[in-house]
Amino acid sequence: MLAVEQLTTRYGSLTALHQATLRVDEGELITLVGPNGAGKTTLLTSIAGLLRPAEGRVVFEGRDVTGWDPARLVRAGLALVPERRRIFKDLTVAENLKLAGVTASAADRRDRLARLPEVFPILRDRWTTAAGFLSGGEAQQLAVARALMSDPRLLLLDEPCLGLAPTMVDVVFDLLADLRREGRTILVVEQQARRALSIADRAYVLRTGRIVAEGPAAELAQRSDLFEAYVGGGQS
Amino acid sequence: MTSFVQNLIDGLGNGSTYALMAVGVSLIFGVMHLVNFAHGELLTVAAYMTYFLQSRGVSWWIIVPVAIATAMVTSMGVEAVAFRRIRGANPFTLLLTSFALEILSHACWKLFVGSERKQFDKPGWSFNTFELGPFLFEVWDVAAIVTTIVCLAATAWILRNTLFGLAIRASAEDFDAARLMGVKANRVISGAFALAGVLAGIFAALSLMRTGLAEPRMGANPLLKAVLAAIIGGLGSLQGAVVGGLALGVAEVFVRGYVGDWFGSQAAGLTDGLVFALIALLFVVRPQGLFNVATAERV
Repeated sequence: MLAVEQLTTRYGSLTALHQATLRVDEGELITLVGPNGAGKTTLLTSIAGLLRPAEGRVVFEGRDVTGWDPARLVRAGLALVPERRRIFKDLTVAENLKLAGVTASAADRRDRLARLPEVFPILRDRWTTAAGFLSGGEAQQLAVARALMSDPRLLLLDEPCLGLAPTMVDVVFDLLADLRREGRTILVVEQQARRALSIADRAYVLRTGRIVAEGPAAELAQRSDLFEAYVGGGQS
Repeated sequence: MTSFVQNLIDGLGNGSTYALMAVGVSLIFGVMHLVNFAHGELLTVAAYMTYFLQSRGVSWWIIVPVAIATAMVTSMGVEAVAFRRIRGANPFTLLLTSFALEILSHACWKLFVGSERKQFDKPGWSFNTFELGPFLFEVWDVAAIVTTIVCLAATAWILRNTLFGLAIRASAEDFDAARLMGVKANRVISGAFALAGVLAGIFAALSLMRTGLAEPRMGANPLLKAVLAAIIGGLGSLQGAVVGGLALGVAEVFVRGYVGDWFGSQAAGLTDGLVFALIALLFVVRPQGLFNVATAERV
């Protein structure tokens, strides 16, 4: 479904991502783990079109989408829940969701707006609240709900558990499992490596801009060397 | 008391037209972080269009929509030709570009149309007055206030209820996040310029009915007032722009009144100086403007 080939991204003279290659197949849940500053966010934003890679290709559903504008990629079926959520704090919960349905037809948008509160009951209670007043967990649910408004086939999530209370982390991991059961393909970047590996099919380990290990998640989880060296212990 | 109310109405009339321009400046700042010093030139374009049509005997009923459309199309054209290429450049580059456009516009009108004032006939009612109780109202003041209220209410409605409005507000807060939602950058910025252009065109129509003249540098003063009003209110805040415009209009009328009382009518030039001193004082107390737009600073 998604093939990233030899992707290199630079910030000025600094190369943040060196020839990263990864693959996500239809229906898979893939996790990308690695220490801070490894280039995980750079990789995701390069795929989603916010950063323009210097070299390499991004192929989505058979089409070369390298350098496409994010607005076009969303319409093609690829959505990113960005790092730190970046919900629109001045807009209400409902307005955040309505805007995120900008790519859908009016009927689809209404339909999804009506259905999402069933999946995210917390949001229904906060429907007309400015999103800036949401708690971290609520904001994260809104960020995921917002991405779902475009009904993406491939969902990229950048550290969805960042800054969340442990109970909310459980909610997010349950949500990922649910989304996957619905048939969505997921690529998630996660600091909590062991936990992410426990629900993923396959995983990639990124370190200083290079992919240094890949394989079935269960196998990687056994390799304590990776965790000591690359992920810094990894919380469970 | 009567003269106080009288001055207040006068000030609100002027101030409401500043608000029309200031909201445009603030809208564009919101989506692009550009303080558009070329925004006042939309008045000039509309004025020459009005002069051209009026001197050929075209009715004001046709002139007004044509002038508004001219301002809107010019605004979108300037965005597409000049600002689109440097979008995302640092604010200083954007600012310089807008200065360059303003100077270019002044020069072109001088060169191709002439530096002298072009006068045209004002509509008959523009200086009419009517009495209501103890107060004497100018028809124009009332028309300006009512028009502005309608326009600003419509703008607020658009921003609150349409997808386009949500896209503008979201983009003003976090442009990249809005693109991730599927908002098309070109479309939302072009739309903001169009909306700002329409408001500038409405301001132009109102002010031209009053002044009846076109000249190359006529956009500079209203632009200054609009930028000041937007900054007083807090750049990027639309309510702030409205309040800033009204405050500026009212302050001018009252300061002018006192300057006249204290220094005699030949000291009219002091008005602007005193108003600017008041604004400077405001920024000492509240450097962020009346309405704090934390989101506008965040990039």
